Amino acid sequence: MRFGVVVFPGSNCDRDCLHVLRSVLGQDADELWSGEASTSGADVLILPGGFAYGDYLRAGAVAATAPIMSAVRAFAARGGPVLGICNGFQVLLEAGLLPGAMLRNRSLRFCCTTVFLRVESARTPFTRGLREGQVLRMPIAHGEGSYYAPAALAERLGQEERVVFRYCDAQGRLREGANPNGSLHHIAGVSSASGNVVGMMPHPERASEALLGSTDGRLLFESVLAYLAGTRPDNDLVARR
Amino acid sequence: MIQTPATRDAAGLTRDEHEEITRRLGRDPSALERLLFGVMWSEHCGYKHSKLTLRSLPSDGPHLLQGPGENAGVMDIGGGWAVAFKMESHNHPSAVDPYNGAATGVGGIIRDILSMGARPIALLDSLRFGPFEDRAVRRLATGIVAGIAGYGNCVGVPTVGGEILTDPRYRGNPIVNVACLGLVRADRIARSRASGDTNLVMYVGARTGRDGIGGAAFASEELDEHAERDDRSSVQIGDPFTGKLLIEATLEALASGGVVAVQDMGAAGLTCAASEMAARGGVGMRLDLDAVPLRESGMRPDEILRSESQERMLLVIRPQAAGGLAAIFRRWGLAAVVIGTVTAERALVVEQQGRDVVTVPPYALADAPPYRPAAEEPAWLRAQWTVTVPDAGDAARALLALLASPDVASKQPVFQQYDHSVQVRTVVGPGAGDAAVLRVQELPPKGVALTTAGNGRLCGLDPYRGARLAVAECAAALACAGAEPLGVTDCLNFGSPERPDVFWTFRQAVAGIADACRALRIPVVGGNVSFYNESPEGPIPPTPIVAMVGLVEDVTRTGRIAFRGEGDVVVLVEGAPPAIDGSAYLQVIHGTAAGRPPDVDFQVHRRVLAMIRDTVRGGLVRSVHDCSDGGVAVALAESAIAGGVGVEATLPSAGRRDVALFGEGPSRFVLSAAEDAAGGLRALAEEHQVSMVVVGRTGGDRVRLRASGPTGAASDGCPWDVDLPLYDLHDAYHALSEVFA
Repeated sequence: MRFGVVVFPGSNCDRDCLHVLRSVLGQDADELWSGEASTSGADVLILPGGFAYGDYLRAGAVAATAPIMSAVRAFAARGGPVLGICNGFQVLLEAGLLPGAMLRNRSLRFCCTTVFLRVESARTPFTRGLREGQVLRMPIAHGEGSYYAPAALAERLGQEERVVFRYCDAQGRLREGANPNGSLHHIAGVSSASGNVVGMMPHPERASEALLGSTDGRLLFESVLAYLAGTRPDNDLVARR
Repeated sequence: MIQTPATRDAAGLTRDEHEEITRRLGRDPSALERLLFGVMWSEHCGYKHSKLTLRSLPSDGPHLLQGPGENAGVMDIGGGWAVAFKMESHNHPSAVDPYNGAATGVGGIIRDILSMGARPIALLDSLRFGPFEDRAVRRLATGIVAGIAGYGNCVGVPTVGGEILTDPRYRGNPIVNVACLGLVRADRIARSRASGDTNLVMYVGARTGRDGIGGAAFASEELDEHAERDDRSSVQIGDPFTGKLLIEATLEALASGGVVAVQDMGAAGLTCAASEMAARGGVGMRLDLDAVPLRESGMRPDEILRSESQERMLLVIRPQAAGGLAAIFRRWGLAAVVIGTVTAERALVVEQQGRDVVTVPPYALADAPPYRPAAEEPAWLRAQWTVTVPDAGDAARALLALLASPDVASKQPVFQQYDHSVQVRTVVGPGAGDAAVLRVQELPPKGVALTTAGNGRLCGLDPYRGARLAVAECAAALACAGAEPLGVTDCLNFGSPERPDVFWTFRQAVAGIADACRALRIPVVGGNVSFYNESPEGPIPPTPIVAMVGLVEDVTRTGRIAFRGEGDVVVLVEGAPPAIDGSAYLQVIHGTAAGRPPDVDFQVHRRVLAMIRDTVRGGLVRSVHDCSDGGVAVALAESAIAGGVGVEATLPSAGRRDVALFGEGPSRFVLSAAEDAAGGLRALAEEHQVSMVVVGRTGGDRVRLRASGPTGAASDGCPWDVDLPLYDLHDAYHALSEVFA
């Protein structure tokens, strides 16, 4: 399986994702420079965290117009799995590949801490291996992570099971204190209508090794691997290598 | 030797310095040259008042690959890898423009590490503020923290530690010291020595603007009451996005070969980088000012040469590599322009529009003349050493007050604003241990541990002992992480060296660091001096800050402060008796900074550290915490709060209860261990000839402490001196959320 990790100028979690994919999961993973309009034969795309183009104008706004985004759009339209993490989520929102928008954290400050997430949808390639209602533990680190959507959209996302994760407490309850940034309805991650594009503010790549405190993030990568293994005949993969 | 001057001209030079320049040049300097000497011979760049004193610091050790004299020290960590380490101050800019001053402090130290060819992997900040009751102080403090966060988070270098202390004497002059650690292959260390008279000088990074002009000179003066209004243009403006691009592009350029030497354009900008690189290599340089990429038109030569615009580096490269290197920087959206050549003749020549406007020997600029300032023990020093206070009595109230005091209280509201987990290396993050621990995934299972310490209150009472205590505390924190020290970097923050009493405290503090590092056999691999930290209210207390890095052999065997469960035995390791002299208890409860701080017996300290290290490495302890501000009582409370587990302990006492509970001293630790590990602990204590005593057990949801009383062990019937529910302690400990939330 081939992962492509998009590198924008200012991405700063690209190397972390590559480390987890290569050294922890033993997968092939390539950097995809955002200046090139190609996904170079990747089976899964990761848009990593960071401050693409300095997050000038608005988080993700400039990056959403980078040449690679047309290739990402085409890849997503073909049903390819795309995961945007933190800044990558912001880029997907700005690019219109995911619905809604990000506001500054309710505290108006950057917040780096560990949070609990409740899996709301096991429909996506990245959560198929998880149980709905399962509670995961992962770090967050962002200043603009307060998810917002107009009421009608928010309702639709709920009905279409496109809310993938919500911030919760250790028992999976949506308590007021368990919403680190003031996101609407505790939303921490959403998906596209067909489910193959997922964006999330927490960092699964920082929660993929026991030494760093949690291995829950690895479940997402393992989930997409299982998904791909199940949907693509092996000979197809061999041929494409 | 030139004597300390009284008056300076517009360039910041004294009459004596002017004569020295004329002697070195063999002629009078031009007006432009005078300005360049002004910044290069400023205290900030030239270390005029400090360099003779700094020679006493030990700078050699078995792991040392690069000592002082480069942009950062470098230490071998084995397996073909090394770490670069350096700390710098950005006090004055932060006083005037808290956000940008602190942000550019982070950017500057990151580029010093980058100049060694190392990828920056961690930041630590040591901050000192006035009292938080003061609204202006709160504004300053929140601005500085936001600036550190704004830059560090964006460039993707985790901020994993540091400390914050307060004292009214920092009100008008905060301290912002930032340390950075980088990782580099031992055979790929970059240096700043220019060489090869056909080689080219390449300017890379952001364009040059009018910001930060004369910043180095500004950093070398006292702040006056109009500083905030008048000195804004002396403060650089940082752009962390460009800083991040510069990191990636520079590392890529260094890996491609063709780069002979590299240095950050920091203080005194192009002038400093060019003259220092040429002086270190014993060569000259010819620079064409017309080729320098500018942000605005009409800049004068002195502005271009002295600008401290951020995110710029100067490279010396092989001519055939020019095209390839320029392409790398352009791909990252950065300027890369050849602006000159290295020359065999030892002269720095700057031309503009075909005319030579500067011709000076590089060493003449780069090697400012040293001073031997007058030093005199302050008249007030010894008068502070008498302490006569009664036991405050209510120990429970005292413990809550100590936990809520800004020096002790949790810094989580600050650390939460820093990304401390990016780069997936952080094994023990801020507040979880006495030192931060990062894994080095290039060398599993190895890691590095990092910490900072430095206490102006103690150094104001006795700068020699205070400095020794800072080194001892850093080494103690590393022992708690199971780490063996590799090296020290320091930031020496003082008032005006032209005051004999201030200079005396500086010399004492340096002697303290030197003696302590010698006793522990740790080299001082580099550092920084910041003088003239004065406001209209007077000088800051002597504030030497020490940062230490150590090697962790196995990151799965490291120490954290939190109690881990019920029923563990709690052990006090005592290498020195507790004393309230100079303590946080005196400051917070009795409102007095008095007493002579205890001295460190380094013979004992080394034995205790060896024992602590062995217990951590052997996996014998479930928690470990060194006793610092607030003594054993605060250390136990912190372990209980961090773990969410209560404790009952009876502390040995030779007299006063407050001394036993809140007294401080070096070489004191509290550990917790599973019942069946107690024997192993005792054996280690015996082996290292260290005194340890089992004082109690973890468990429950209250913290119950008592001093045994002068006659020995207390019976179970004795009342507790402290008996508080964990949530009360927790609330007190999180008092700073109101300041920083």
